[in-house]
Parts: sequence; C-alpha cells; structure tokens
Amino acid sequence: MSKKKTLTFCLMDAPFENARTTTALRLIDTAVRRGHNVNVFAYEGAVGVPFSKQSAHANKVHGFEEDEWNHPLPKDWVSEIMNHAEKTGSKVDWINCGLCVDERGMNEAVPGVRRGTPGDLVNWANTSDNTLIIPTK
Amino acid sequence: MTHYLLIESRDSFEVNDVAYFYDLASGLKERGNTVTLFLIQNGVLPARKNPSDSTLAKLATAGVNILADHLSLQERGITDSALVDGVASAELDVVIDQMADGVKTLWH
Repeated sequence: MSKKKTLTFCLMDAPFENARTTTALRLIDTAVRRGHNVNVFAYEGAVGVPFSKQSAHANKVHGFEEDEWNHPLPKDWVSEIMNHAEKTGSKVDWINCGLCVDERGMNEAVPGVRRGTPGDLVNWANTSDNTLIIPTK
Repeated sequence: MTHYLLIESRDSFEVNDVAYFYDLASGLKERGNTVTLFLIQNGVLPARKNPSDSTLAKLATAGVNILADHLSLQERGITDSALVDGVASAELDVVIDQMADGVKTLWH
C-alpha cells in the first residue's frame, strides 16, 4: 500500500437518486480504510448526502414496518466513515458548499461536516495528492 | 510517459458518448502512455462476451489495462467466466491505490 496520502473527492449528486452516490461513498470509505486522509467537497444536490434530518420510513406497499425495512440513509454512511477515520488516524474533512446548502435549506449536517466555498475545492486540488471529480450527467 | 486512470460508469449500449471515452483510452495508449480503464456501475455491462461488439477486446489487445469493479459485476450477475478476454475483475482498492500513486484520474 502507498504511504498516507491526501485525496480529494468532489461530489455533485443528490442522495437517493443515483449509483454514483454509493460509489463515491465506497471510494471514500476505501481511501479511509487504506489509511489516507480524505477531503470531500459536496456541491449542488450532494450537500444533502450528510443532511442530518434524513429519516427512515416503513414500506407499507410491501408490508414492512420501519424497523423491518432497514432503510439505508447516506448520512449514517458518512458518520460511519468519519467514525472509522477517527479510529484509524485518518482525517476526513467534508465541506458542503454554503450557497448550495442555503438554496436547499439544508443547514443541518452530521458532525464533522462544515460549510465552505468553491475556493476550498481549488485549494484542496492544489495541495492534495490527487483529486477526483464525480459529476452528474 | 504518463499513467492515466479512466473510470467508466456508463453502459455503452445506453450512452453513445461512452465510445468517446474508449477512444480517449485508445488515443492515450497510442501516444505511449500507460492507461487503466476501470469499469464500474453500468459501465461493466459491455464487459460481457458479446459477438457483436469487440471494442473492449480491441482496447485490451492494444495494451489498455481493463478492470471491472467486482461488486458491480456481482450486482449484475456477471461472473468472471462471462467477461471479455482481457478484462479482469478487481476491487475498488485499485482506484484508491492508483490515485495515491498520483495517477491522473478521470471519471465518466
């Protein structure tokens, strides 16, 4: 394995819509498990990925109550990645684009997420070891 | 010589501009670069053996290293034996390791 590096990911997709969100979180999780530091810049709909007011629901059509349905929530995956990073000594710095947050009224995010601007992405792209932009279509 | 990692997440049978991404991989290789094409999500669907489409086989023959995300293959019921010759199943760690090594990485 390579020595500890800093990798930056830029996400654009809103949660619950596209496999790209799952893949992005898989990549971030893998990077953390490989011992790297990770920067995440979320903009547009992706600021909803760590939105703390996401809530699970039942699936009455299929006859499942909420606890039976086990609805996965991206905010929980983000928290789990953050918790794992703390245990392994990796650092996850997650910035939500402030303008995108305000547009959507999504100020509440899980612990470890902070507000920022596209300038933060530029700084990260200039200072990290590599950057991957995962755009929408 | 530069090492490029091209990540293809779309199905060439569904999205026409996937062909341009394959062309990019081919062109970069022709110019003497090292190229890894990593297929993920619906991007793994064209990796199935298909007598009417040999694009990926030609890329592999040209020297492009073609890998397909193991989980994406599993989700779609594609076994290793169903893959085009020259395409190998791989874990997502490959992407992170290459990024950590400074490989130029592009998502489509």
